[in-house]
Amino acid sequence: MKRWLPSPILSICLLLMWLMLNQSVEPAHWLLGGVLGIAAPMLARPLQPHGYAHIARPLALFRLLWLSLIEIVRSCFNVSQIILFRRSEGVNSQFIRVPLDLHSPHGLALLSCLINSTPGTVWVEILPDTHELLLHVFDLHDEQWWIDTIKSHYEQPIIEVFEQPRHPKQGEGT
Amino acid sequence: MNIAETLPWWAALSVAFLLVLGGLVALTGALGLLRLGTFYQRIHGPAITVTLGAGCILIASMVYFTVAQSRLVIHELLISVFVLMTAPVVAMMIMRAAVYRDLRKEHADEAGDGAADA
Repeated sequence: MKRWLPSPILSICLLLMWLMLNQSVEPAHWLLGGVLGIAAPMLARPLQPHGYAHIARPLALFRLLWLSLIEIVRSCFNVSQIILFRRSEGVNSQFIRVPLDLHSPHGLALLSCLINSTPGTVWVEILPDTHELLLHVFDLHDEQWWIDTIKSHYEQPIIEVFEQPRHPKQGEGT
Repeated sequence: MNIAETLPWWAALSVAFLLVLGGLVALTGALGLLRLGTFYQRIHGPAITVTLGAGCILIASMVYFTVAQSRLVIHELLISVFVLMTAPVVAMMIMRAAVYRDLRKEHADEAGDGAADA
C-alpha cells in the first residue's frame, strides 16, 4: 500500500485533475487517470527531498482553506478601497516580524501560499537565526493584531494539520 | 440566434454581475500599479486581480457554460487551483528580488561613503 500509493491524497487529486481536464467520466478516463495517479507520485518521489506531506487531519485543512477564502475576499475589498480612495503617501506600508513555531516544510509552504494569496500581505523570507517571518503589510494599523491573527488563524491550524498533535484535545472546535 | 439570448434570466443576471465585478476588481488592481508610490506598495495591487478578479470571471464562466450546455462544466476550478498555487510563488520571488536589490544598494552606498571618508 505504502509502496504503490505513497500519498493517496495526491493520487486522488491527480485523478480528479485528469477527469476535469478531459471533462469526461467515461471508464477509459478513469483508467488513464488512475494510471497517472499511481505512476506520477512514484516517478516524482526522488524529486521530493522532504517526502510527501503527511496530512494528519484533512478536515482541519478544508476548514482552514475555507476560512482563508473568506479572508481573501474580505482583504480584496479592503485593498481595493485603499487603492481607489486613499493617497499613496497616506498608506502605512511596513515590514513586520512574526515569530513562528511552525517547522514542517510543507506547512511553511502552505502558510506562504495562503499569506501571499491574501491581498495586502506578502511573505518576504524567514530569518534563519531567529526563525522569524519577515512580512510586508500593505496598510499596517496594529502590528500586534497582525502577529496574533497570523499565529492563531493560520499557523495554529497548519500545525494541527501537518504535525502530530501534542495535545489532541486542544484547538478542537475553535 | 445567440446562445446568450436563450439563457434563463437568473443565469444571465448572475453571469453579468460576476463579469462586471471581476472586471472592476481587475481594473482596480491595474489602477493600483499605476497609482501607488513605491515598489513595495505596488506589489499588492495585482494580488486582488489574481484572487477576486480571476475568481469572479471563472465562476461566471462555470455558471454560463453549465447553463448553456446543460451539463456540469467545472474544469475552471483547475485554473483557479493553479493560479492560487503559482501566483504566491511569483509574488514572493519578486519581493525577495526587490529586498535583495535594496540591501545591495544600501551596502554599496555605505561602502561608497566609507571610501569617500577615507
